[in-house]
Amino acid sequence: MGFLAATGRAFLVFLEATGRLALFTGSAVSHCVRPPFYPRQILRQMIDIGYYSLPVVGLTALFTGMVLALQSYSGFSRFQAEGAIATVVVLSITRELGPVLAGLMVAGRIGAAMAAEIGTMRVTEQIDALSTLSTNPMKYLVAPRLLAGLTMLPLLVVVADIIGVFGGFLVGVYRLDFNASSYISRTWEFLQPLDVISGLVKAAVFGFLIALMGCYHGYHSKGGAQGVGAATTNAVVSASIMILVWNYLITGMFFSTK
Amino acid sequence: MLSPATPKIALSGVTKRFGPKKVLNGIDLQVGKGESLVVIGGSGTGKSVMLKCILGLLQPDSGSIRVDGQETTALRPREREKMLHKFGMLFQGAALFDSLTVWENVAFGLMQGEHMPRAQAKEIAIAKLGAVGLTPDVGELSPSELSGGMQKRVGLARAIADEPEIIFFDEPTTGLDPIMADVINELIVQCVKDLGATAVTITHDMASARKIADRIAMIYQGQIIWTGHASDIDQSGNPYVDQFVHGRAEGPIKMQIRAL
Repeated sequence: MGFLAATGRAFLVFLEATGRLALFTGSAVSHCVRPPFYPRQILRQMIDIGYYSLPVVGLTALFTGMVLALQSYSGFSRFQAEGAIATVVVLSITRELGPVLAGLMVAGRIGAAMAAEIGTMRVTEQIDALSTLSTNPMKYLVAPRLLAGLTMLPLLVVVADIIGVFGGFLVGVYRLDFNASSYISRTWEFLQPLDVISGLVKAAVFGFLIALMGCYHGYHSKGGAQGVGAATTNAVVSASIMILVWNYLITGMFFSTK
Repeated sequence: MLSPATPKIALSGVTKRFGPKKVLNGIDLQVGKGESLVVIGGSGTGKSVMLKCILGLLQPDSGSIRVDGQETTALRPREREKMLHKFGMLFQGAALFDSLTVWENVAFGLMQGEHMPRAQAKEIAIAKLGAVGLTPDVGELSPSELSGGMQKRVGLARAIADEPEIIFFDEPTTGLDPIMADVINELIVQCVKDLGATAVTITHDMASARKIADRIAMIYQGQIIWTGHASDIDQSGNPYVDQFVHGRAEGPIKMQIRAL
């Protein structure tokens, strides 16, 4: 009996949280498309997410591309398939690793910062203060972050794609002694627009999810410093998990042959 | 219809519970136009929750809240934003936006709520800072560079910047030294008088209450148990009020030492 009650209680808590997140998401999205807008806030968030994430995303992509080339060389040389390395690198980066790794890095960087900032604003009554100054906090705080996440992550992933492929090229040409021009032509040979587009769609979804989780957990944080800390952790963990789940779902939508 | 007798704010039977805990237990309270009401009461008696219900930051479970005779508990978001134009609030911790400078904080309501151009809003912000005794150069600082008393002053300047009809003060003197507390009290009295605003202050600082109040109400266990003229507070004939005013541990009010 106790076991059933505990299971039921956990399930109810889960349903409640899901419902609350759904309501939050619906309200946040509706505020994204209805005026007034806050261009200054949107711009600030875009710079924060897009520009200041460039180093970390670039480095991640560079080393991922390099290690991909190295790994696939040592693997593929067992059955004389070294020629496929350039293709493997470009497909892995554009379809999977570019968006997922950029997403995870940005989740750690931006999702945490959003949850901490909004959470602190919540516990110091700054969010209530916004309301009393006739400013809707969903519009002023949440909508700009969602819009910035949605638009900036695809741009970051374009950069990550290019740098990642370049990392593979560096290792291929300078370490594995491929011919530079044939490596480049190999890279282009099997690359299709859909490979890149699917990666960018993923990036947009991930950017939205990161901002949503950061805002949601920050917005509902309570209880001072500890609450803000918990919100930050939850934002990063939930965003990371959602990125991985949605990565699978979107891949299924684009590339399922059945 | 707004007859002279219509109170600026009228609460009747307002209840609010958080889980099993009844925080507001049927609040009945009226505030007249231009009046300064101080609500006193111990910590955790529902003072802040009452203010937040009036502002719509919290939704009461039942009861009616009227502002200028208009029922506010069922307002749509857009209408509520309009209603909030009438309000200014000084928060307990000042609640200044730490990503903005001091003058941007003061001008926030003007720029965002009323879409005033920045230059014009800045002029008004500087003037309001002057009204609370701060020099223009303070306006360029960030809130985190200010002392507690200065933050309270900036919070006050922000609350009065768009000349609200109603101002709420949430524990305006908490955490300040007695002299700075008195300075803030003086400023509150001055600002409220200059604006001709209706003021509701919640506090447990009796010195502050005596200074600010036209009328005093005492809240206990989520109900208003006494209201009267500020000068009658010492002859209330109410043992709860007497105990609170004189700050005695012994009396009808039993302190909840353990959490519920």
